[in-house]
Amino acid sequence: MGTLMGRMLLGEIAVKTEELTRVFRLRKREAREGRREILALDRVNLEVCWGELFGLLGPNGAGKTTLIKILATLLAPTSGRAWVAGADVVENPAEVRRHINMVCGGETSGYGLLTVEENLWMFAQFYGIPSREARRRIRELLSLVGMADRASTKVYHLSSGMRQKMNIVRGFLTDPKILFLDEPTLGLDVQTARTIRDFVRQWLLDHPDRTILLTTHYMHEADELCQRVAIIDRGRILACAPPAELKKALQRDVVFRLYVEGIADAKNLLDGMKGVRALAQHMEEGRLSVDLILSEEEALVSVLSRLHAAGARLAELKKEEPTLEDVFLSLVGRKLSEESP
Amino acid sequence: MTNPGWKTFLRTVLGRAYPRFIGVWREKSWLFFDVFLPLLQVSAYVYIYRAIGAPLEFSGFAVLGGAMIAYWMNVLWSMASQLYWEKETGNLQLYLIAPTSRMAILLGMALGGLTATTVRAAGVILVGTLLFRVPLQVADGALFFGVFLLTLISLYGLGMLLSSVFLLWGREAWHLSQLFMEPVYLFSGFYFPVRALGFWVAAVASLIPITLGLDAMRQLLYPQLMEKFRFLSVEVELGILAFLAVLFLFLSREGLRFFEDLARREGRLTLRGQ
Ligand SMILES: Nc1ncnc2c1ncn2[C@@H]1O[C@H](COP(=O)(O)OP(=O)(O)OP(=O)(O)O)[C@@H](O)[C@H]1O
Ligand SMILES: [Mg+2]
Repeated sequence: MGTLMGRMLLGEIAVKTEELTRVFRLRKREAREGRREILALDRVNLEVCWGELFGLLGPNGAGKTTLIKILATLLAPTSGRAWVAGADVVENPAEVRRHINMVCGGETSGYGLLTVEENLWMFAQFYGIPSREARRRIRELLSLVGMADRASTKVYHLSSGMRQKMNIVRGFLTDPKILFLDEPTLGLDVQTARTIRDFVRQWLLDHPDRTILLTTHYMHEADELCQRVAIIDRGRILACAPPAELKKALQRDVVFRLYVEGIADAKNLLDGMKGVRALAQHMEEGRLSVDLILSEEEALVSVLSRLHAAGARLAELKKEEPTLEDVFLSLVGRKLSEESP
Repeated sequence: MTNPGWKTFLRTVLGRAYPRFIGVWREKSWLFFDVFLPLLQVSAYVYIYRAIGAPLEFSGFAVLGGAMIAYWMNVLWSMASQLYWEKETGNLQLYLIAPTSRMAILLGMALGGLTATTVRAAGVILVGTLLFRVPLQVADGALFFGVFLLTLISLYGLGMLLSSVFLLWGREAWHLSQLFMEPVYLFSGFYFPVRALGFWVAAVASLIPITLGLDAMRQLLYPQLMEKFRFLSVEVELGILAFLAVLFLFLSREGLRFFEDLARREGRLTLRGQ
């Protein structure tokens, strides 16, 4: 504790959680498999430094949004503690709010009747930004996301991609020290997602002392943007390191992708075999594509013979460099299946 | 609590009021319906009063009531259940993470709604007096305006209180508003002096500030006629209205704090998965 407080006072740590836990109680009719409680966060310990772009990577229901909501003072933890910009989120939420902002994917905030500029101006007022300064920043940020000509378009006329770019502008408009981005590119087209990612990266280059905590279930978004990534599943942090390091940890393992014909399921066949660390499969153009992580290359021989014995024909076999997706597979035991923009 | 400062407070009030100011001008069709529909109701009463040979002032009661109904509707639909809608659209969480006062947000909503509704109420009065030629003259304009203002302050205070109470109950709040709407038309005496319902009904109905406000305004408009029908004296009604205004504003601040904390613990400040 002493050293932690010291580091927070010295100003190295922007966000810190200690054994942070959140349990949701469900109503009777909401009970899942007979359980009335959901452990959304399970003793999460995290430290995010100033200047960092930190990623939380996890599948649906992992607890990403729950964590962001607690840090943004919108949700109380069940136990454990969290600090944002040195302030305790439970004891001093007003201080936390002075330093943060938040943008979520698929957000429909604002008022359709207002123009883009009016909407952004309104939110700036809640931060006490003088109107003239607000307008200047709005123009500047809108042009950075390629929406300079949309300032006087009414919000209900915007496409969802445009709308999300406006939301991104809203988040950066108040010049937050710490910005929470909860799946900011969710459901967007490739082009818009790229614009947003480029914008985020550039902003952090221009403001090196600021901090962004980003959640995503797009593997390559985390890989491309984040300096460090925490992999979260079922409320627990399974690993936390720079993407390159996470991948290096797998280097001892070998990653194969193989395509087989003639069988529809390899998982039951191969799971639990000696040397097979993890495996994921899906059908692709009539063939079964199998991602295989082996702890030793020799295991491949027995894998192939078992497949052969089950009547499978090998169509293609590739040895690959581990990706973040493979890291995820080996930690979580399944793949993040969503397509990424 | 760090105090965000009065400048941010004012900016917040105006910022949140802005969409409502603008709404009046951007959606002119709303204005038509907001004036036209209450007038339909008003004219029904006006024709009944005429048919039974009631004094012309009674039609004046109905026109004034029709104008005040616009405020009551606004308080129900755009104040009481508003935080529920703001939660649905995702605005609420953005208001709550901003370093500003929640009361400023509520006040902004009230101020914006009040201003926009005044345009509609003025429309009802204008068209109503022209159409039905009802006499609307006040001897003491300043006092009349004071009563009117105090009525609105306590009415919107009630709206702010309801909105903080309704924060926790999403859709139920909507139904509650619906439940409140019609009986209040009757018990607050929108179309006739509330005294007609008897003292005790009037007393309970006085919890809705419009009841006393209407009664006092009618007394100031038609002093002779209202001598027979008045509920309480104007002075007493003013005093009660002032008390209600302070009470509602105070309760809404406390209520908001209480329900916000409760919702934060229960995970109901935001929508799930948003
Ligand atoms: N208000 C709530 N009441 C009950 N359960 C909830 C609530 N909010 C979240 N949960 C549950 O908590 C778990 C974690 O949810 P959370 O929204 O944090 O996940 P996530 O990682 O953000 O997922 P997604 O990718 O779907 O956004 C899920 O099982 C979810 O159903
Ligand atoms: Mg989420």
